[in-house]
Amino acid sequence: MNKMYYRELYCGTPVRFWMGLGLLATFVMIGLGAAFYMEHNGHWVTGMSNQIVWGLPHVFAIFLIVAASGALNVASIGSVFGGPMYKPLGRYSSLLAIGLLAGGLMVLLLDLGRPDRLIIAMTQYNFKSIFAWNVILYSGFFAIVGVYLWTMMDRSVHKFYRPLGFVAFFWRIALTTGTGSIFGFLVAREAYDAAIMAPMFVIMSFSYGLAFFIITLIAAYLWSDRRIGELRLTKLKNLLGVFVGAVLYFTLAFNLTNLYATQHHGIERFILLEGGVYTQMFWFGQVLIGGVIPLFLIYSPAFDKSRWAIFAASVAVLIGGFSQIYVIVIGGQAYPMNIFPGKEVLESSFYDGVVNTYVPTLAEGALGVGGIAVAMAMVAIGARMFKVFPETLEDPD
Amino acid sequence: MSKENDQPTMNRRQLIGGAIATAGAVAIAPGVILHAVAGDGQAVKGASSEKRWGMVVDTNKCSDGCSACVDACNDEHNLTGFDRPATDAQWIRTVKLKDKQTGHINRMVMMCQHCEFPPCVDVCPTNASFKRADGIVLVDRHSCIGCRYCMMACPYKARSFVHEVLQEQAVNAPRGKGCVEACTLCVHRVDAGKTTTACQDACQKDGHAAIIFGDLNDPKSEISQVLKTNNSTQIRADLELNTGVRYLNL
Repeated sequence: MNKMYYRELYCGTPVRFWMGLGLLATFVMIGLGAAFYMEHNGHWVTGMSNQIVWGLPHVFAIFLIVAASGALNVASIGSVFGGPMYKPLGRYSSLLAIGLLAGGLMVLLLDLGRPDRLIIAMTQYNFKSIFAWNVILYSGFFAIVGVYLWTMMDRSVHKFYRPLGFVAFFWRIALTTGTGSIFGFLVAREAYDAAIMAPMFVIMSFSYGLAFFIITLIAAYLWSDRRIGELRLTKLKNLLGVFVGAVLYFTLAFNLTNLYATQHHGIERFILLEGGVYTQMFWFGQVLIGGVIPLFLIYSPAFDKSRWAIFAASVAVLIGGFSQIYVIVIGGQAYPMNIFPGKEVLESSFYDGVVNTYVPTLAEGALGVGGIAVAMAMVAIGARMFKVFPETLEDPD
Repeated sequence: MSKENDQPTMNRRQLIGGAIATAGAVAIAPGVILHAVAGDGQAVKGASSEKRWGMVVDTNKCSDGCSACVDACNDEHNLTGFDRPATDAQWIRTVKLKDKQTGHINRMVMMCQHCEFPPCVDVCPTNASFKRADGIVLVDRHSCIGCRYCMMACPYKARSFVHEVLQEQAVNAPRGKGCVEACTLCVHRVDAGKTTTACQDACQKDGHAAIIFGDLNDPKSEISQVLKTNNSTQIRADLELNTGVRYLNL
């Protein structure tokens, strides 16, 4: 195999790089402005309420955090599972993971009622709370993946590369388990309270993270006029197909289990049949766009060598993934909590027994998009400062 | 080497260490002394686990169309609304229920159930949600970061998030935008030695007497007597949270 050379991200002309970064910075500024507007006025200016307490910002944040841990998979395959074709992609995989996590955490933080109290979240821990564990898992992820990236780039510390790879791999599994358990541990709500949430989030992360990885890898190589060979893209594509199928399988297992228990028939009828926007997002967003279409694009012989099909499949996976998290987070809250089993609520001043409405506002969306822009900007700056991308990813001789 | 002058043999490190220790002592001492003086003056008794405050609601006595308890709670804690029911805080609410099979109708009030094992306390990342020794579940407004995880976890939808900038708050109940809050069982009254809550007083005044507040651990208290002689229900008893609020005739 030819020796691999890494080089900073330089586009054909400096203007191309700076224009791209400028565009991202604009979205970041709009997102920060939206956050300031929401924090200054209070959350009543958002679509969130005392019934839908987590809204669109949480969907973006969880989506990015889940994708972040998945983006690290390519590096893990290179170092933990010894895949030589993946090894040159390890540096970028780590950088993308750090960027996505930073973007997701920014959105999560700026949607807090008191983001100014971050120091309290960092210093006072309730170890029975999975949220508190996540604060540790997220902070630790930055540190571990940062050092992991260092061992890849600096030959003097390269001897720690494999052990760090193992640590990072187990840490990322723990991180996504923690994120899924935010919902898995909620005993009160019919839509959650299931142990399968943790492994389902892990497999979701594999899928979304790899989709993010493929899209940004192709985009970066187009941006900087570098070449990617078919062999690597085909490997990534096939892997994505397996992950997409696995997400569908977990979705099936989760819903089938719920359909068996009478207690959960209400929430299943809501999500699968009568939930309006949530039902549409489940069937069209999650299953069709996020599952069936990517599988077709990936496995159909008609698109065998088409990198645009790979790109489109990855975009579809992300749209499907976003829909899935939207249905989990917001659909799960929209369905009325069964506080009085066996009773019908005739009157309540606090929306008991009714489907809760949620209409996201522009500001919430802007904050979420700002989070994606932060992630992409960090990746662009990181790739410009460090030797992250191989000069060429042409197929080996 | 013999000592030739009367300077103490102190190297630089010791000198700096000594200086820091002295400065620290000077800074801390007044606080310690003041604290001790305050402690001597009026000892503040903390909540005691000998008591467990709770409430019983008789749904047969809860009158249709009445909102005296809700109004009293709002007045007591100055829960002024903004005419936005979806985001306005509600610490206590009235609910009318119909049994799906039998058609039997109940009317009742819902509020924080002050669980022995509160899910809100379990999930709170910063320990802002906490349970006092006497069973009252509260939110520490100084350490609540407004993540709303407790609202996701509460099986009773008992909590509200402050969605607005607040003005003219009651001394009884300091509140703040961006924090979560709920029924405090009128903890300010409890700590002042009073034996009733605002909702109970209002219900009594209107002649319904559907709410009784008291010490569940005291076998002689009215609440204990009522609960001993009547069949009562916990809402979502399946969750085994051992609620401090019980219902009669539900």
